[in-house]
This record gives sequence, C-alpha cells and structure tokens, in this order.
Amino acid sequence: MSAIDIETVKKVARLSRIRVTDEEAEKLAPELNGILTWVEQLGEVDTDNVEPLPSSAEITLPQRTDLQTDGDCQDDILANAPETLEGFYVVPKVVE
Amino acid sequence: MAYTIQGETGAWELVIGMEVHAQIIANSKLFSGSSAKFGAEQNHNVSLVDAAMPGMLPVLNEHCVEQAVRTGLGLNAKINNYSVFERKNYFYADLPQGYQISQFAHPIVGEGIIEIDLDDGEVKKIGITRLHMEQDAGKSMHDQHPTKSFVDLNRSGCALMEIVSEPDIRSPEEATAYLSKLRMIVRYLGTCDGNMEEGSMRADVNISVRKPGDEYGTRCEIKNVNSLRAVHQCIEYEARRQIELIEDGGTVDQETRLWDPNKMETRPLRSKEEAHDYRYFPDPDLLPLEVANDWIEDIRKTLPELPDDIKHRFVDEYGLSHYDASVLIAEKDRVEYFETAAKDRDAKLTANWLLNELLGALNKAGLTLTESPVKAQQLGELVSLIEDKTISGKIAKDVFADMMETGKNPADIVEEKGLKQVTDTGAIEALIDEVIAENPDNVAAYKGGKDKLFGFFVGQVMKKSQGKANPAAVNEILKEKLNG
Repeated sequence: MSAIDIETVKKVARLSRIRVTDEEAEKLAPELNGILTWVEQLGEVDTDNVEPLPSSAEITLPQRTDLQTDGDCQDDILANAPETLEGFYVVPKVVE
Repeated sequence: MAYTIQGETGAWELVIGMEVHAQIIANSKLFSGSSAKFGAEQNHNVSLVDAAMPGMLPVLNEHCVEQAVRTGLGLNAKINNYSVFERKNYFYADLPQGYQISQFAHPIVGEGIIEIDLDDGEVKKIGITRLHMEQDAGKSMHDQHPTKSFVDLNRSGCALMEIVSEPDIRSPEEATAYLSKLRMIVRYLGTCDGNMEEGSMRADVNISVRKPGDEYGTRCEIKNVNSLRAVHQCIEYEARRQIELIEDGGTVDQETRLWDPNKMETRPLRSKEEAHDYRYFPDPDLLPLEVANDWIEDIRKTLPELPDDIKHRFVDEYGLSHYDASVLIAEKDRVEYFETAAKDRDAKLTANWLLNELLGALNKAGLTLTESPVKAQQLGELVSLIEDKTISGKIAKDVFADMMETGKNPADIVEEKGLKQVTDTGAIEALIDEVIAENPDNVAAYKGGKDKLFGFFVGQVMKKSQGKANPAAVNEILKEKLNG
C-alpha cells in the first residue's frame, strides 16, 4: 500500500465534495496512513483457499414482488429541501 | 466492401462499440416500491428510498432480475449465477444518493452474440460483452431559470439494463442496425418498450479510427445519442473530427463528449480535471445476488420465438430472401400478419404484397398494421386469386385499392365488378382477331420487321378485354397469329 500524500488527501476530499485546507490536509495525511496501516494487519491472516464471505449472517438477498407500494408523497420528500418550486427541487444551476 | 472514410492520408476504418441503456418494463422501481410509470407529475413517483433519506434501505425487485435474465437469454448470453451490486460514486444534483447502485465486476449477464441485418442483405454477428442492472438517475431541467436548475426524481431509481457491445461495429449503418436489432429483441421479449423518444432506450457510442490493419486508436465516448438518426450522424461527425485531428498532427484525447443534435456536432462533456473516478465498491446494503439454474431454465421455457430465429425460419421454410425476412421481423405484428396471410399460399408473393403494397398504402394513410382495413386473411385471399389465375397481378392492384377503401373481401369485389381474368383461349382469340382486323397497317409493318409493334398489339388486346385477359395467354396466341 502506497502511503497517502497530501495530494491524495486533497483529491479524495474534492471527490467527496469536502473542503479541506492545506493545513488540514497535512494533518489528515498521517491520520489516514495510520488507519490504512491498522487495516493492513488483516493481510497477515492466511486466506489461501478460503472463499470470500459476503455476509456473516446465513441469509440470502431479500427480494420483493413487483408491486407499487410506495411513493406519492411529494410534500414529504420536498419537506427538507432548501428551495422548491411547483413540486421541483430547485438547486444552483448545474450545467456541464 | 468494408466501410472507410477517405482522409488526406488515405482510407480510415472506424471501430465502434455501444453501451445501450434500456429501461426495464416493471410496475415499480429497482429497489423501491414507487411507480416506474412514465409521465407522472414531478416528484410523485418518489419514495423516501428514491430521495435517499437517511436510513432508507434498498430491497431488490425480483421481477427486474427476471427481466434482466430474460434479456440475457434473448441475447444468447451466459447468465451468471452470482452477481454483485456496487456503488458507483459521483456527485450530481439529480442523484440524491451520491452514488448509483450498479453492477461492475460481477454483472448478471456475461458474453453473448446477436445478428445484425444490413441493407444489402448481409448478416453480421456482433458480440455482447455484458449486461448489468443499475438505477436510473433523476432528471434536471436547466432552461427554466437563469441561475437555477429544477430537479424531478420520478425516474430516479427506475431499473435499467446497460447492454455493452464488443467493439465489433465498423460503420454508421452497422451501428443503427445493431441498435434496431437490440430494440427488436427487447420488444419481442417484453423487457423494454424500446421507446427512444421517451428515453426508455438511450445509447452511448464509443468511437475510434485507425488505418486498416492497425491497432485500435484512442476512443471517445459520445453521450446523448437518442435516435437511430443521431447514432448515424454522430458517428460520421466524430469519425471525421478524429481523422482531421490526427492528420493535422494532433492526437485524440480519451474523453466523454456530448452529441448536440441542433448544432450537429460533438463537444467535450466533462473537464479533464474531473476525470471519472467512480470508486466502485460492493454496496454494503445488498448481499450478492444468486440465481439458480432451475429458475433460469424456467425463464428460458417462456421465451417467445426471437426475431433472428423467425428470420431464419422464413428463409428456410418459405424461401424468402434474407432482406424480406429481415424487414418482416422488424415488428411482431408484421410477423403475425404475414404468417396468417401466407398460410397455405405462395409465401414469396404474399411477402411482396405485404411489404410492397400494403405497408406503403398504410404508411400513406397514416395507419398501423393493426389498424389496416385489409385484414391478413383478406390479403391472403387476394394472393390466392392471383395464384389460381382468377385475376391478373395488374387487376389485383385495383382490387387491392378497393379493399383498402372498403375493407371488402377480394372475391366479392372481383365478383361485383366482373374482374375475373379471361383465360378462355377462344374468347382471347376473338379479341386478337378483332385487333388484327382493325390495324392492317401495323400488321404489315410488324411482318415487315418492326418487332417492337408486338407490344402495341398486346396493349390493344388488353384494352379490349378491360385488362381482364390473361397476359401470358395473350402473348402466346398473339405470337402464333402474327408470326403464323
């Protein structure tokens, strides 16, 4: 695992839309490295010939039948929106 | 002949792959119980799950899985017993979760193959790389306000199949043929309505150019290609753009571009700084999806006869040309109509009447095949009347025009109007004698070597019979009389 440098911290922050100053990034880099080193200890376990375990519970993916059972609650879903108009969410213009 | 574009430095070959998003026909969304119907009022088909409220959990729609498997079988593809939903992370105003639930490393459907039919009757096989299920995003409107965008989440969370082709496509024509065939297959299967105007089928086109025999060039992905016409136009434009760029000494950057149907051009969509970095990882809210072979086989048993199978059957059983067969399979209704009309009759003749006369007449009248005043059985009867020589092909056109107008049975029209073909040689002989007697000058000229006058005599006889004389008999007897 390559060490996390300040540039990587800034890139991850940008992708996550979190504003991080240079000073913060400098502080975060060693912290993130610490977390990764800690997780890397798992690599010490011998997992040859062991099937991946997707879940610790002995259950399969639950599925539902194809019925309309939800929705039609425009007021609820818009209730927390900072701005709405005629049933639309209104956001700052985002044109690519 | 392989399709190429001529540049300043010689011929260039196109390499094209397509990613088609097809909305799955279902009552509800992929992971929630809100309606998946098109055209509801804004933000009505939205649940707390679709709006990504904290704590909401996705529950997979079983029918959507069945539809995806069904489509995979229709694409002659391998169905994977084990597949995994992953999160594709990106920020956009119409994606409330901040990620799209998709499949990445383990899609539900693997490699398959379909046939495409080209205009010259040629058939080409195009490989399918994979098919996976994913959520659709919502819809943003940017043209309602100078500084704001409006967001409608009705489409958010609807189930999509993304169908990815191998880079086997080599021309704009092949690309549209591929999309048409894909559309045909999902419509036959009932897994997607194929409606490109409503956006239930959308295509992204990957294009690169190369000198014939070279390695693949750098490709660009063109988005927003939402009609067969747009597919054709954007490929022609983009290929030329890349060729000019390379020939001017530049290089093609791998990037996503947007097709603008108004300006008829492609342009870069995302700035390079924001290069794709989707950070896929398995969705912790969803266990891997396992489908049993028994279930897959149960679905296979319910598949309808698919367009390519029907096409081969029409060629083998009925002796139709590949081209006619490929036009007939374009719509399921057309296949049913043809099979009813052609039953126990000359199938080629029936196909000709259906494709050349009926479809043209319906098109002119603005009617669909199901609205046709001439029913399949009636068109078949008309063909029978031609086959047993009751009427000639020429008279049949008049009868057909009458049928289109009145919806009457052809036999009744022939009876009422006295259109039965005269095959009685005695009667035809009498007509010919009359014509010969009336035109002594022309007879002399013909005998003197003006062979072309033969047509004049045939015309005169047909006119006298009001078109009812059997043309073959007229030809034969006339030849005997004039040459004898």
